[in-house]
Amino acid sequence: MTTERELIEVRGVKLMMRDLGAGPRILYLHGFDGAQAASALTGRLAQEFRVLIPDHAGMGETDTPPWLETIHDMAYFYLDLLDTLDLDDLHLVGFDLGGWIALEIAIRSTERLRSLTLIGSAGIHVNGVPKGDLFMRSPDVVLRSLFADPAKADAILSRKPTREEEDTLIKNRFTIARVGWHPPLTDPHLAKWLHRIQLPVHIIWGDTDRLFPLDYAREFERSISGSRVTVLPQCGHAAHIEKPEALASAISTFVKEH
Amino acid sequence: MKFFYFHFMPYLHLDPQIRAEYDSCWMVLPNRAYDPKRGHELYNRYLDELELGELLGFDGLCLNEHHSTAYGMMPAPNLICAALARRTKRIKIAILGNATPLRDHPLMVAEELAMLDNIMGGRLICGFVRGIGVEYLVWGVNPTYSHERFHESQELIVRAWTATEPFAFEGKHYHVPWVNIWPRPYQEPHPPIWTPTNGSTETVEWAARTDHRYKYLQNLSAADACKRYMALYRDVAHRNGWEATPAHLGWGCPVYVAETDAIAEREMKPHIESFYNTFFRNPPHRFVPPGYMSLESMRRLAVDKIPVFGPQTLENLMKHGIVLCGSPKTVREQLAHNAKDWGFDTHMGAFHFGTLPHELTVKSLRLFAESVIPYLRDVNEPTVSQPEAEYQHQ
Repeated sequence: MTTERELIEVRGVKLMMRDLGAGPRILYLHGFDGAQAASALTGRLAQEFRVLIPDHAGMGETDTPPWLETIHDMAYFYLDLLDTLDLDDLHLVGFDLGGWIALEIAIRSTERLRSLTLIGSAGIHVNGVPKGDLFMRSPDVVLRSLFADPAKADAILSRKPTREEEDTLIKNRFTIARVGWHPPLTDPHLAKWLHRIQLPVHIIWGDTDRLFPLDYAREFERSISGSRVTVLPQCGHAAHIEKPEALASAISTFVKEH
Repeated sequence: MKFFYFHFMPYLHLDPQIRAEYDSCWMVLPNRAYDPKRGHELYNRYLDELELGELLGFDGLCLNEHHSTAYGMMPAPNLICAALARRTKRIKIAILGNATPLRDHPLMVAEELAMLDNIMGGRLICGFVRGIGVEYLVWGVNPTYSHERFHESQELIVRAWTATEPFAFEGKHYHVPWVNIWPRPYQEPHPPIWTPTNGSTETVEWAARTDHRYKYLQNLSAADACKRYMALYRDVAHRNGWEATPAHLGWGCPVYVAETDAIAEREMKPHIESFYNTFFRNPPHRFVPPGYMSLESMRRLAVDKIPVFGPQTLENLMKHGIVLCGSPKTVREQLAHNAKDWGFDTHMGAFHFGTLPHELTVKSLRLFAESVIPYLRDVNEPTVSQPEAEYQHQ
């Protein structure tokens, strides 16, 4: 397994990309909590696959370009990245915010994609099924809501973040707010184009996801024909932290089939 | 000096038991805690208290705008201004509100304010604000665009006020192909624009632009922060090629005057503590949502705005110079000292705060009007040889 961190320049924007492992290519799009939070999952996937893990525009170690205003900008930026690197046959895997970006990419172009895996994805709104909120509640309360097992949250909260980590958190929250404040974590124009995704699609969800309840998985399943759903038992929203093994094996099985 | 009188109009009949169930009286406190019958009494009591300001000789009244809170019952300050417009004849009314980034259309704001200025014959002052952080949560407005929308909406409003022929406005947030508002404002070129703030470098830079020269009002802040930001305003103005005078600066603080220092402290204490501890408080994540202010301003806020987050006492507020409290002599000495030391010509006294009852509000107002204002009239006023600086000429 190789571990590389590389700054890639895409149309004047410096993007941080981690490139792990070898094998069929997975492009992993991280969630609200950033790429580092998924290291247990991506490390496990890198035992079987080559896993490319970019920091999104405006998050982690990637620049915040002045044009970054909507989730569409995020998607087009990744389409530019794939052109720059000339990468094909990608298995696109995205968690919450990353799932949303993956969907926005896929309704625009599936040319370079082999399959799409969504984990607890944002992007749509189901009337009458309230989502958890990221901004009205305190960060600690939000974190506690992400797990089925409260001990997982305690372990994270017991560690005091460094000044650098705090700054990254503020940077990430700014970008999430910029693209996802209103309507909350939703693109009202996404749902009507989901039929354009002509790919094998796998929807993975924690059974006790309190940020995006399981109804959202069912709604994606209804909206994307041929998609299939895997529900992870005793698992909250943050499956990559709570059940990294089970999540990795669900991803791996599906990716290997395609 | 000029003396303005500020009223927050709080809903002061909060049931302590209901209040104790919530971490703030903003956003989360359900409106079942509001009794409309008592609200009716309060609106009329507060309007009476404001109208008294004209009889007592104040130069102006200050209204503000806040949403989803018991802190103030004035989500629509233009309505309160309209209610006062015909009941007063001389006094200026400064609306420290119209949080334009929260509004869908700045032209509605431009039109309402122009109407008020016409009805009042040019007594209107417009203190545009961004709204506080939590208001971006309750209105669903993206706080990362707060500064952009604040700047662009004001640009549109000022152009709409001053243009005498239709024009096209091509902004990022507001794109209007044909702007031609009726009526135009009464004042030429337009009502004075003030910039009320809790203090931030961004706001100073905005107000002290050469083409703005907006009056900068530092509110509810520790004395050293007030002094520092007012000095910064002068420095920025100088850097921009013009010289700020006291006419460009104002200070806002809660005031309570009584017969002696001891009486004043005893009478102010429970009510100013209720203002800070019951009405004012917001948890940090709702006070400063993402993008509402720069990282640097966020870090500084924790230092300057001491009363925001922790429990407050009158003693601590006095120690930091955040409030004026005492006999007429004490208050006038402190106020004169601050005005000369910091260099402002306008004081905005919050004469009502928290649970302060009507009788004490009126007593303090009268003492201030009779035994403070007349002694300070000449402080920081331009002499004949130094004509008053024009702080808005466009």
